[in-house]
Amino acid sequence: MSDVQDYASSIGNADSRKFETFSYIPDLTEEQTRTQIQYILDKGWNPVIEHTEPENAISNYWYMWKLPLFGETDVDVVLKEIEACKTAHPANHVRLLGLDNFAQCAGTAMVVHRGKTV
Amino acid sequence: MAKQYDAGVKEYRETYWMPEYTPKDTDILACFKVTPQDGVPREEIAAAVAAESSTGTWTTVWTDLLTDLDYYKGRAYAIEDVPGDDTCFFAFIAYPIDLFEEGSVVNVMTSLVGNVFGFKALRALRLEDIRFPIAYVMTCNGPPQGIQQERDILNKYGRPLLGCTIKPKLGLSAKNYGRACYEGLRGGLDFTKDDENVNSQPFMRWRARFDFVMEAIHKAEAETGERKGHYLNVTAATSDEMMKRAEYAKEIGAPIIMHDYITGGWSANTQLAQWCQDNGMLLHIHRAMHAVLDRNPHHGIHFRVLTKILRLSGGDHLHSGTVVGKLEGDREATLGWIDLMRDSYIKEDRSRGIFFDQDWGSMPGVIPVASGGIHVWHMPALVNIFGDDSCLQFGGGTLGHPWGNAAGAAANRVAVEACVEARNSGRELEKEGKDILTNAAKHSPELKIAMETWKEIKFEFDTVDKLDVAHK
Repeated sequence: MSDVQDYASSIGNADSRKFETFSYIPDLTEEQTRTQIQYILDKGWNPVIEHTEPENAISNYWYMWKLPLFGETDVDVVLKEIEACKTAHPANHVRLLGLDNFAQCAGTAMVVHRGKTV
Repeated sequence: MAKQYDAGVKEYRETYWMPEYTPKDTDILACFKVTPQDGVPREEIAAAVAAESSTGTWTTVWTDLLTDLDYYKGRAYAIEDVPGDDTCFFAFIAYPIDLFEEGSVVNVMTSLVGNVFGFKALRALRLEDIRFPIAYVMTCNGPPQGIQQERDILNKYGRPLLGCTIKPKLGLSAKNYGRACYEGLRGGLDFTKDDENVNSQPFMRWRARFDFVMEAIHKAEAETGERKGHYLNVTAATSDEMMKRAEYAKEIGAPIIMHDYITGGWSANTQLAQWCQDNGMLLHIHRAMHAVLDRNPHHGIHFRVLTKILRLSGGDHLHSGTVVGKLEGDREATLGWIDLMRDSYIKEDRSRGIFFDQDWGSMPGVIPVASGGIHVWHMPALVNIFGDDSCLQFGGGTLGHPWGNAAGAAANRVAVEACVEARNSGRELEKEGKDILTNAAKHSPELKIAMETWKEIKFEFDTVDKLDVAHK
């Protein structure tokens, strides 16, 4: 049994909190984030940035940063808006979604900045 | 002038073989693979199938003349060779929509696969496909929530869902069973699952199971901050008992329940699916007994037909086969019925075994569930074959991890996310799978151990039921 490794996770440890897609692999590097944004744009989805106080993360409705970036094709513009949202709300979680208006559902979503997790 | 009554036996083809008939947009169309007894002409046997599955009986009866049988009869309108098999042929039959009760797959199937399958002039008969006209589709309730709404309810986007069937399938106490669920969910699964034969046996009655499993869900949600579920199997001996268990699942806040739609029956399934829609519940569908019907290439009902029946009757998930795991399933044929589950319009495509265009209109889709003998090494292929709108279920591939269920779950979750990240970056999953997983394992000791444990397992038996596309 000594070979068995414990699975360290608990309600008491905020590091156990996950954030859906890409929260079980290491945080995306800036280059990887660019690639994922490009994927959203290539799919024809509309990027939208959302943020929330960490204690309210379970809610469906995070605060929308401005409006969805309808028709945006430039990765740098999306990155710039993510940075602006982070700067305005440094303690908050920030996530990026790609809205598929044909499916009427997000095609993907990922947390791109973690605030102080609770 | 009115017809005269002429008692006696007529050849079926005089009435039911109509090669000049052009099917109407509202007709229900069926394709049967017919293996006749020796010496029976194809037209006669095709007409007999049309007759016996619609209005006909073996002899003329005087009451035939009280109605307009030419309007109500099924019509055999085409015959085709089966590529590569001279023992049988395809017969295409059109049925006027008025032959069927609205919103009842029970009624449609009682006609189409009723008495005719025991017909003596046939050696074997297989229902290969049905075209349900949009006019009939619109009378059915369909999936309770649908794919998009399920994602919104669960807050899960851009990746396949992950599940695990709890094993051993029978014999655990309710508290131990809840423990197995909790460990899997805290490790990163979205769902755990009752196996098909877990109903309410003496070793674990349903009520205790529901209570313990619900605590497992709540605790795992508090721990991970993610939404979780467990397919509580409400399949029961009577539909009253099924509904009682469903009501209790709702009362304790379970997001999803489960039903076996073939053994439980289509009446019960349609009832449960409508209740789920009215009560905001997701419905997972298991398909126990399907292989009895769909595995023999010459006799029975093809799974693509059972797939369409389920989408009409109602369910949010349906087991589809894995292509790569321990259970039967030809790759192209599986891709065909996966499309039939999820898409809104599917074109005829014989290379995938699809005989008719199928228009679902705005009826929601069903999430295909890949389950059975799969593990982390299959992940790149599974993500590539099934895409995001799928549920990948690793039973032994989670619970068999040397460090337990949580570690097994984490290994699968890391693997699926690494594959999705790589796919979105334009990498070819089935070609670069090993590299992608090996790289991800550098940050996940759970994945590394899983890859060492299951490396050598392969299932490489040939498929029994192959598509009929080989040319003579």
